[in-house]
Amino acid sequence: MNILGIETSCDDTAISIVKDGQSIKSNIIASQVHMHEKYGGIIPEIASREHFLTIIPTINESLYESGLTHKEIDCIAVTNGPGLAGSLLVGVNAAKGLGLAWDKPVMPINHLEGHIYSGWLDNKNPDKEVGFPLICLIASGGHTEMVLMKNHLTYEIIGKTRDDAAGEAFDKTARVLRLGFPGGPEIQKEAESANGNLDPFPRPEIKDSLDFSLSGLKTAVVNRAIKENIYPHTDFNAPNNEIVSEYSFAFQEAIVDTLIRNISRALKNFEAKGVLLGGGVAANSRLREKMAQNLDIPLIAPKPYLCTDNGAMIASAAYYRIKQYGTSPTFDMDVVPNLKLH
Amino acid sequence: MEFNNEFSINSNSEEATIKIGNVIGENISIGDIVLLIGDLGAGKTKLTQGIINGLGCSDFVRSPTFVLITEYIADFPIYHMDLYRLDTSESIDRLFLDEYLYGDGVCVIEWADKGDEFFPHDSLMIKIENISETARKLNFNFNRKSFKDLVEKLKGAL
Repeated sequence: MNILGIETSCDDTAISIVKDGQSIKSNIIASQVHMHEKYGGIIPEIASREHFLTIIPTINESLYESGLTHKEIDCIAVTNGPGLAGSLLVGVNAAKGLGLAWDKPVMPINHLEGHIYSGWLDNKNPDKEVGFPLICLIASGGHTEMVLMKNHLTYEIIGKTRDDAAGEAFDKTARVLRLGFPGGPEIQKEAESANGNLDPFPRPEIKDSLDFSLSGLKTAVVNRAIKENIYPHTDFNAPNNEIVSEYSFAFQEAIVDTLIRNISRALKNFEAKGVLLGGGVAANSRLREKMAQNLDIPLIAPKPYLCTDNGAMIASAAYYRIKQYGTSPTFDMDVVPNLKLH
Repeated sequence: MEFNNEFSINSNSEEATIKIGNVIGENISIGDIVLLIGDLGAGKTKLTQGIINGLGCSDFVRSPTFVLITEYIADFPIYHMDLYRLDTSESIDRLFLDEYLYGDGVCVIEWADKGDEFFPHDSLMIKIENISETARKLNFNFNRKSFKDLVEKLKGAL
């Protein structure tokens, strides 16, 4: 079964075609950072108009790359939440239009469920290779959630951030250090050349809860930067490379340890067969490395390009939904910006 | 923006900032716009947590930086916005801010200094200054009379 997956919940227009939930036939991502350079360098905060411009060419490119014609597509899967309403609308509208024109069913998919199913892509099979239940950590610029996956399509949220998302903490720390956006890859790169001789940053903890609170870590970075006179930015206080590296390393260790600590605590409360990572922060190599060292059960870490937003994960989740529940004609579906995972 | 009224209050902890927010929330209503200005880690989201609880919504308030706008529901909608990621006034315009500002709820806007020209003169502006690692000074600026009553309540409550 070939499923076309459409993901427009944030600022990438991502379209993939996936066969039987696991085999990626094409995976096209129109990053708006790049798109905007063509249109005069506007920074892409508000994404819906850019999705609107790019979505049809991106779908065409995805079809072309897969070598399939639209007649060979069996279903159209689309993210209907959570995300930015205006961005989601473009994807959902396109999906409905294609469904109508091609006479194919349209399947709404939760973005977070998509991130979980990125673990099944690339011909992996966690349910056979590892088994349920799995503890999933989805960490990105907009999300930081720990999910107990009891079986296919069956979830319980066991921990979430109460303030800042993990990716946001990376981005804001990067901004303090005058690094680029997104902050995660920049901080990872800078941390590699550190000696690790800076006093550690705190690993914020919420008592008797698996929830995260990461704004305190951001504030600790800001406070130290103020004390050491590298922030707020002036023309004369740019930190040297060594300081940037040391801050990056100390911050990355703190956030990675915080995420791992909550996973370890969750593993004490819930008997899990494996841990699955998803979301842009899951592409961080230090998190993957340290997590693997700390676990005595298997770690499922999708390739970095499958951790960030993509259409393939949406198509994969749809495949398992169809397998279990079939398809129904759902042209009356709406976008749900704060959609919860059930 | 020009304001006729000023008021300052000190907070020496996150908890105190949330309490100040509670009083603000209890004394604002539909149509009110609260503009928050302060550096990273100043406590804008913490103050918003207090405001939203004070308005009668018990949710945890998450940073809206990534999603730009988060909606909470009390007796009416509360729009929690964040202009942090927006760098040009063109991109702010495209948020269709007016729909929210002149809409059916309360607006709390972080990093409001990035969009000064978009906000009406009867907004309540609160600048948060870092005094030390934990202490903050909250400077209130406003024109509207109802915010004078709010300030009196704050003086009484703390």
